[in-house]
Amino acid sequence: MSEEILLHARGLTKTFGDFTAVDGIDFAVRKGECFGFLGPNGAGKSSTMRMVGCVSPVTRGELRLFGLDPATDGPAIRARLGSCPQRDTLDEELTVEENLWIYGRYFGLSRKEARARAAELLEFAQLTERARDKVEPLSGGMKRRLTIARSLINSPEILLLDEPTTGLDPQARHVLWDRLFRLKRSGVTLVLTTHYMDEAEQLFDRLVVMDHGSIVAQGSPRELIGAHATREVLELRFDAEDHSELAPLVEGVGKRVEVLPDRLLVYADDGDEASAQVHARGVEPLSSLVRRSTLEDVFLTLTGRTLVD
Amino acid sequence: MTTTSSAASVRGDARAAPGPRPPLTGPERVLAVVGYHLAVYQRTWRASITSRVLSPVLFMLSMGVGLGALVDSRAGGIDGRPYLQFVVPGIVAAQTMWVAWSESSYQVLGYLKWNMAYHAQLATPLGVRDVLAGHFLTIAGHLGVATALFLAVSSLFGGFASWWAVLCLPVAVLTGLAFVTPIFAFTATQEGDNGFNILYRWIITPLMLFSGTFFPIAQLPGWMQPVAWVTPLWHGVQACRAVAYGMPHAGPLVAHLAVLVTYILVGWWLAERSFTRRLVS
Repeated sequence: MSEEILLHARGLTKTFGDFTAVDGIDFAVRKGECFGFLGPNGAGKSSTMRMVGCVSPVTRGELRLFGLDPATDGPAIRARLGSCPQRDTLDEELTVEENLWIYGRYFGLSRKEARARAAELLEFAQLTERARDKVEPLSGGMKRRLTIARSLINSPEILLLDEPTTGLDPQARHVLWDRLFRLKRSGVTLVLTTHYMDEAEQLFDRLVVMDHGSIVAQGSPRELIGAHATREVLELRFDAEDHSELAPLVEGVGKRVEVLPDRLLVYADDGDEASAQVHARGVEPLSSLVRRSTLEDVFLTLTGRTLVD
Repeated sequence: MTTTSSAASVRGDARAAPGPRPPLTGPERVLAVVGYHLAVYQRTWRASITSRVLSPVLFMLSMGVGLGALVDSRAGGIDGRPYLQFVVPGIVAAQTMWVAWSESSYQVLGYLKWNMAYHAQLATPLGVRDVLAGHFLTIAGHLGVATALFLAVSSLFGGFASWWAVLCLPVAVLTGLAFVTPIFAFTATQEGDNGFNILYRWIITPLMLFSGTFFPIAQLPGWMQPVAWVTPLWHGVQACRAVAYGMPHAGPLVAHLAVLVTYILVGWWLAERSFTRRLVS
């Protein structure tokens, strides 16, 4: 991975009236990496992505892409970006290939170039057989792949994807991840948002964790888990209405105990040993499970809340 | 960069030559947007042409031919000519208002809210002005086609006495565009179609009835006449009638056209503001 910075923000802020959606965030994206924003709904990820995509003006702070300022060079920057918004903006009345051709023209591709590129991209998006079909009856996963194919029509240097797999079934998500891996391997810099921690762990080289418009942590998934969570987690479920009343029973086991509505999480480097300690105290949970820590635990540790609620 | 070039040669891989390409010129950007609208139109033109030609023709038959026989026998026509030749230029102007209405209300709201075509365009090098200009130009084309067809049909029925009537085509297109830009501006402030119902009931319908389309506004109560003077349709009707009747007097014609152009320009300015507020937030 190169050290060249393609995109950076300093004190980036977005306000809508009195509401601050993005509150002075700093980050930098290196060429060729997959950089992500992880956070719950309303954390400010989409507002950040819209500013980075040069479709939403920056309220305060500095934002540079390819060394250019969106306020003055928006069209020149957008010419080098690919953008997949959270909601598909395909024309469902037109065919799959028409959607690509027309989009290519927006970037100044000749008709011939647009057709050649569209054929390549349909292959990439596994949609060649549907080229002449209308978009409307396609599945959600196919529409997402078409949106991604369309956003690649101009051979972008940075591809922005705002929650690319939200609303897709697990199989469609895996197909999409596979396409994104291929893109990354071919040298495209990816900038994504997600509120799925498994997606973040699968895809992101580096990420920032966002909450309430601010960045609460940043690093690689491994670094973040190492810094903010233990190696393992013991999950305990009890037959109880309120799990917070049960927390004192396991206090002192492991490094820290987190209370969720339906279970207790005991953070410990050795989950089995923690489990043994709990049983030694005579505490009998309905179920106990040892697993590795994830980014979800990082988020919980940092904010006291879960990612998807 | 070596990974990039090798990967690009793999079939089915998504990256061709990267890097900046030369920026598009203004006309290229606008034509790219027109290209989208034409692709949409290719799927819908049969239905839209039929209804667009049919309704003015029905008005011409009922008013011009039906009511016209009565007017001609009782009052000896209007402006010293048969009622049909009075009303046809009026309908030429009025039908552009209907086309402008349908193209810049629901259609625009659809692009703003439902398929988000404008958002898709603005994620590319295109700007709000390109998006507006492309759609504006497309509607100008629709207005031209609808007007030309009605001119052809109505001339078969004897709607015109002079070849000067061909000038109705550009005048009528201008009349329609005087509605397009203000309605663009209005639509971009709307979330649903409630506002459209109000606009249609309280502006479009009264304008059609009281702008001199079917009878001279001198027949209106005195206080209503100044209202007609400020509305674009009356100027469109007067300008169409002026060219349809034969060689027009330049002075009044230029004044009518100037009002129409003013509507277009002020509407454009408002539309750009309202589109920007809606789309670039």
